[in-house]
Formats: sequence, structure tokens, C-alpha cells
Amino acid sequence: MVENRPILDFLTHAVLIIGIAFIAFPLYLAFVASTHEQTAFTSGVIPVLPGNQLIENYTIMLGTGISTSGAPPLSLMLRNSLIMALSIAFGKIIISILSAYAIVYFRFPFRMAAFWIIFITLMLPVEVRIIPTFKVVADLGMLNSYAGLSIPLIASATATFLFRQFFLTVPEELMEAARVDGAGPLRFFRDILLPLSRTNIAALFVILFIYGWNQYVWPLLITTKVEYYTVVMGIKRMAAVSDAEPQWHLVMAAVVLAALPPVLVVVFMQRLFIKGLTETEK
Amino acid sequence: MSTKRNTFPNFWLPYVLLTPQLAITLVFFIWPASQAVWQSFLREDAFGFATKLIWFENYSQIFSDPNYLNSAKVSVVFAVSVTALSMGISLMLAAAVDRLIRASNFYTSLLVWPYAIAPAIAGVLWWFLFNPTIGILPYALKMAGIDWNHIVNSNQAMVLVVIAASWKQISYNFLFFLAGLQSIPKSMMEAAAIDGAGPLKRFWTISLPLLSPTTFFLIVINIVYSMFDTFPVIHATTEGGPAQSTNILVYKVFVDGFIGLNLGSSAAQSVVLMALVIALTVIQFRYVERRVHY
Amino acid sequence: MAAIGLSNVSKSYPGGTMAVDGVSLLVADGEFIVLVGPSGCGKSTLLRMVAGLETVTGGEIRIGDRLVNKVEPADRDIAMVFQNYALYPHMSVRQNMAYGLKNRGTDKTEIARRVTEASGILQISEYLDRKPRQLSGGQRQRVAMGRAIVRDPKAFLFDEPLSNLDAKLRVEMRGEIRLLQRRLGTTAIYVTHDQLEAMTLADRLVVLNKGKIEQIGTPIEVYGKPQSVFVASFIGSPAMNLINASVAGNELRLGEMTLPLGERVIPQGPVTLGFRAEDAKPAISGANLRLKAAYVEELGSGKLLHSFVDGQRVVVWLAPDTQAQEIFTFSIDPSKMHFFDHSSGKRLT
Repeated sequence: MVENRPILDFLTHAVLIIGIAFIAFPLYLAFVASTHEQTAFTSGVIPVLPGNQLIENYTIMLGTGISTSGAPPLSLMLRNSLIMALSIAFGKIIISILSAYAIVYFRFPFRMAAFWIIFITLMLPVEVRIIPTFKVVADLGMLNSYAGLSIPLIASATATFLFRQFFLTVPEELMEAARVDGAGPLRFFRDILLPLSRTNIAALFVILFIYGWNQYVWPLLITTKVEYYTVVMGIKRMAAVSDAEPQWHLVMAAVVLAALPPVLVVVFMQRLFIKGLTETEK
Repeated sequence: MSTKRNTFPNFWLPYVLLTPQLAITLVFFIWPASQAVWQSFLREDAFGFATKLIWFENYSQIFSDPNYLNSAKVSVVFAVSVTALSMGISLMLAAAVDRLIRASNFYTSLLVWPYAIAPAIAGVLWWFLFNPTIGILPYALKMAGIDWNHIVNSNQAMVLVVIAASWKQISYNFLFFLAGLQSIPKSMMEAAAIDGAGPLKRFWTISLPLLSPTTFFLIVINIVYSMFDTFPVIHATTEGGPAQSTNILVYKVFVDGFIGLNLGSSAAQSVVLMALVIALTVIQFRYVERRVHY
Repeated sequence: MAAIGLSNVSKSYPGGTMAVDGVSLLVADGEFIVLVGPSGCGKSTLLRMVAGLETVTGGEIRIGDRLVNKVEPADRDIAMVFQNYALYPHMSVRQNMAYGLKNRGTDKTEIARRVTEASGILQISEYLDRKPRQLSGGQRQRVAMGRAIVRDPKAFLFDEPLSNLDAKLRVEMRGEIRLLQRRLGTTAIYVTHDQLEAMTLADRLVVLNKGKIEQIGTPIEVYGKPQSVFVASFIGSPAMNLINASVAGNELRLGEMTLPLGERVIPQGPVTLGFRAEDAKPAISGANLRLKAAYVEELGSGKLLHSFVDGQRVVVWLAPDTQAQEIFTFSIDPSKMHFFDHSSGKRLT
């Protein structure tokens, strides 16, 4: 449409620029803070431009961490986060795609019951069953382990529903042709359904990686040994030292490093990410 | 429930395929949830020796506890504020991006990435910005005559967590609002323009009403978000204080259970929250999912 | 190659609906049988039962001499061509055609040989490495047929394969299908709702209505001697004129008109008369059918006169150079008249 509205155009751009600034501002300042030394914060004037301590600060955090905070070096925590995020993402995708396949392509007694059992998980976020779940994990000896960090989180329903939704849109004839072509259920799954599911799997992987990486409550509860701390839950320990002012330059370096991987994933895989978001909310 | 017209005839295979998910669900979701319900009917003494079945006493106790009621109030204020603030800002941004003919992808990229930030990190970031000693915002506020100290001032603590929680959620709401706006047929806007409606009028009288399924959907999602997923924000910043002013219900469950070791009360609170989630999920699936299409 | 026998085959759904009701049919080895009928008549269901994609709730299906009711589609040695082609979108044409053979453990050289042969016959050799989305509708249809041919099955099953093509392509492809089947000599069961397709392709037609067989016969038989009002109105275009009339003595009363019956002996009383648009010949003397033109359709090769008799619609062919008139007069040769029972719709004599 050809409409000449210069004021509105100006406002539109102004809103966007302010919006983007508001969105970016906290992380920008954190980054700036991470490139200065401790003294920059005690002088009373807050730095708004990057300093020159970038390499030093990040090396300290990655190498030795903040000893007074009870948190291990960042490199260890980053590694734990990575393992947890990848386990959760892969684990969830695998068990969900299998369940969705069973529910859509087979008829069997208790099929609906299985569907509802899976559905229930949507209504049981970890926050409403913190203590009993902790007890189960402790009883199974899974505290302070990668298994404990990931397995309890991989059974929720959104991924299953996404795959189920997608499978329902696959044309009937494809499966029938495959059957006539001599493919049993496993071959059909491997040769036809999986390749067709590729973009959905990729989109879901992006979302689940972010979800796994950003886990807070669960790692907080079940890791009592420092070597299993993940980076997102570890941040708090560094920032909340009660006896002294936190070493902000180092804490912010940790914050930037903790936030970076998921942000990079979103930035580089934006299309897949958006697809994953909109598909899982249907 | 819709299903395929043709299915494979195997008998055992589907059960095998379902076993991993069902097993994990039963062990880590359903069993603990039922344990929470069971525990809410018990009172355990301080040393864990005697456990007494007290039925609904825990429930009546929490509903008459001023701290619990305060938490409920705090949660409502928190949820409403986060939802309103986050959705308001994101709607404006989505409307702005929708107006652009070019570069919408560019702006979208710049607005979407906060989704990847963990709520805990969002909390720490804003806590840093609002830090009474070295934060940049109190510095600026002081020049406007406002003394900021969220460690002491309850209202300011609430403002802090509301902003931190909303900031993170803006990108999510933005994406859905943008998708909703972009799905409105161009021809409808053109017809309205011919009918004499300017851009603002078109937004209020056409875009907004057509956006209502998306809006309703996002309200439910945002409420669930602010009731449950914001635990890390509180835990990483105010820890429920000062003086219980940011002690939202989900945080109280954690404090009473893990720290206060009042398992029965904490379990009862969990069950109340469970009921809330169930209600919200039912609403989401029955009334909302029907009308949201992309 | 094999004969296919259906004895009293039925398909019922929980709730009582009978999609197919007691169908018996013997398809000879190498025959091209067409199942034709309106939507919902059960033809697709019947085909899918032969394929093994639907379970049989009553009766027996035999391929060759083998009872196949409980046999998996893959083991029935049949090949199917679907309406939507059902090509695997992520595989190339070559891989699509090879898939069925691969699953059966055929060795690579044999697969390659068969794919080359089939794609040669169907003229799709140049597309072997393309993906389905890069092909047009007609090309995809050929690939779907190639997939079937490559298997060298006992029978081809076609489920409305041409419905998604435009009219011109349909005519072309139907000829190709016929030639192909004749060349390969494989038994074929073909489902369509298009009576023209049925007539041009079939060795024999099976007309189905509401799950039951109305008539089985060659195209000429079904066209020339429809056994019921249903078949009469379904086969042939324009549809056969069916009019309520009554027989009195040696004459047929149609509204206010009377037509001679010649040597035909028809039971007295009310009857349904059927005659084809081309069987009413313009006549001057001895003319008994007077039709007032409601409107005339110009087809180029002739004209179609639309009229009403006794409130009932009638359509008659006119020669291309016929002048416009108010009233047209025709006579109908009694031997070309069809008579159906007034209430049951079944053919009399």
C-alpha cells in the first residue's frame, strides 16, 4: 500500500530502536563489565565502554574460577552444561519420536491410556514435585551424575506431541505404498518417516538444547558435588557471596559465557528455532 | 483422537517403542507427583520418627497462614505485571516490525535472541543493573531523585523481578504476535484502507480483534511462565525477600520444603500448584488450541 | 500373472455399516477389470482388500489359487498405483523404483536391469536421478507405474490413478495404461469413478453401488444392456433418458404421447422407459415423440436438445446442421428401448 505517513514511520523506527536497545542493554553492560578490573566498580562510576581486561578475566574464569564462591572453574561447568544439554536434547528427541510413532502408526490396547499418561507430564512441571522427585533420584543413586541431570527431564510431552502432529500429516499412501513394497514397520520408520522428519528434528533440537542448557532448578537440587555444577546454576553462587561484594568483572564474564552458547544457537539457526517454537506450541 | 487410516499389525512393537517414555514418566513424574499428594496428608515430626496422617490439616493450615496468603497475593501481582508488561511491549514491537516492508528479518533477529537466556541469568543481569552500590540504573535514578535499594525496599524488589522476568519473555511473545499479525490477509488491510481507516485505526479495529486467539493463548502461556518458570529469577536475586515481598508460591514450596523441612506443608502447597497447572493446561488445550492457526 | 477370485467378500465396520456387501467376482489371468461406481460405492475399499490394506470381514480372496485373506500386502505379490502416486519424496526416481525390490532382497544387478527396462518402457529414463518434486504430474504418474512394473507382480492394482491429472493428460495416460497392460499381460484391477475411463480401459466392467455389484459385463454389454436403472444412468454420457411411462396393449404411453412397441412384449402397467440420446431419430412420418426445446447445447460434432416429457428431463442428439425449431419430432426403434421395473429398477426382458 502506498501510504505517506512520515511521523508514523519515524515512530516505528524509534520504537524498534528503543526496543532493541532495551533488549540488548543488559547483556551489553554485562559484557562491558567483564572486560574491566575489579577497581572499575569501586570507583563509583560504572563503565559503559569495554575495557581491556577481556582476555585476562575470561582466562581466570575458565581456568580457576572464583575460589571464594564455591564454584568450580568455568570450563568444568561449561562442559557439564554441554553434556547435560546434549543428553537432554538427544534423549528427548529419541524417546519422543519412538512414542509418537507407536501412538500414530499402531493400534493396540491401552493406546489411549499411554497417550494420556504422556500428556499428564505437561501438567507436572518439576516445581510442583521438587521434593518427591529428588527423593526418587536419590534413592536410585542418581544424584551427582550426568544420568541424574538428564534422564528425569527427557520424558515430557511437547516433543511427542510435535512428532505426533507431524506424523498425522504424512500422507496415508506413503505408508501403504511402503507396505506393498515390502517394508515392515521398522524399515518404514528408518527409510521413509525419519528422513521426512529431518527438519522437525532439527528445529526441535534447537529448542531442546536451549531448554537443557538453561536448566536451573533441577541441577541445583541434585548436584551436591562441585564437579557436577552446571554453569547456569553456578552463576548464582558466584553472584551471591554474602560476606563481600562479588567480583563483578569475573561474575559478568561467567554470565556472558553461560549465556553465549544458546544465544549463538538461536542466532545461527534462527529459522529452525522459530519453526521449533511455533510447532511445539500447537 | 485422529489416527491413521492404516496401521501396522504388529502386537509387541508399539509397547516396546513406548516403554522408554512411559517408564521415565512413571518413575520420575507420576510416582513423585502421587508421593507429593500423599505427603500433603502427613505431618512428619522434626526428627522424622513419627509420621502422622492428618488428612487435610496441612491444607487448612496453609490457607489460613498469612504468609501463604501473602505469597498468593504476591504471585498474582507478579503474574499480572509480568504478563501485562511483557505482552504490551512485545505487541508494540511486533506491530512496528509488521509495518516494515523490508528488513523485518533483520529486526526479528535482533529481538529474538533473549529467549535463549536462562531466567536465572536474566535475574542476575538485572540484579547487576539495579545493584544499589555499583548498578548503572540506581545511579541514573539518583539523578532523578529516586533512591534505589531493592534489598531493603519491597516494592523495588518486586519491580526488579518483574522487569527481569518480563525482559526475557518479550522475545517469545514478540514472535507469536508477529506471526499472528503477518497471518492477517493483506487484502483485509487494503479493504480497510479503502474504507478510510488509517494505520492506527486499522490496528485497533482490525488487527487487534483478529489477534485475539493469539492474545488469549499468550496470556495463558505467560501466566504459566510467571507462576513456574520464574523460580530461578527469584532464587538468583531476591530469594523471596525482602520480608516475603517477592516470595511467589512456587518459591515458597522450595523454601518451606528444602530449607524449612516442613515436608507436609510444602507438599500441600505443591498440590495446590499442581491443581493450578492442570486448570491452566485444560484451558489452554480446550479453549485456545482450537483457534490458533499458523 | 494370476487369476483373482473374490467369493462373497464383505467389509463391515463396527456400528454396522457395510462398505462392501457380498461381492463375488472372478478376474481371469491377464484380464483388465475396472471397478466403477459413484463415491462411496465401495470400489476403493474392495481394491484395498485385494491389496491387503483393509481387513476382510467376510468371504474369501484368492490370488492365483492362494487364499490371501490374512496375508500381508508385501507377500501377496501385487503392486499398487495410488491416486496420489505415493512416491517417497526424499528418494530419487531410481530409488523409488528400487525400494520394493531392495526390501525383497533382490540383488543389485537385477534391480538395475529391471529399473532400466521399466523406465525405458515408460520413457522416464532421463528422470531417474531426479526427485519427485522436480517432476510434473504426468511424469510422477509414470514413476508410480514404473514402481509397479519393476516388481513383475501377479496383478496390478490401480486406485484412481488419473484423477489428479488434467483432462487432456488423462486421455493420453489412459491410452498408455491400456497399451502397457496389453504388452505386459499382467492381470489388472482398476478403480475409477469416471465411466468413460471405465468404458475405454476395461475388458470387463464391474459396476458397484452401495457395496453391491449391480452388473458385470463387457463395455458393450453394460452399455447396450444395462441390468438396472442405476447402471443405465451411470454408464454413458449423456446419461440414458429414464422416464416414467405405462404400457397398455401394444403401446407405450408417455404423458400425452403414444409410442408403438412393435414386437416387444412388455408387462402391462407402469414401467420405466430408458433410451439413449442417440437412439431417438428425427422423423417426419410415424413420429411419435414430440419434444419442445427447453434449450440446445452446441457441441460442434452435433447438438444436444434438452427437453421435458411429462415433467421429466429428456436429452436427444441432433445432427450438426439441424435447424432451430420449436417442436422436434422423433421416433424410437422399439428394439432400442430399455424397460425397467417401475419399483425395483431392474431390467425387464
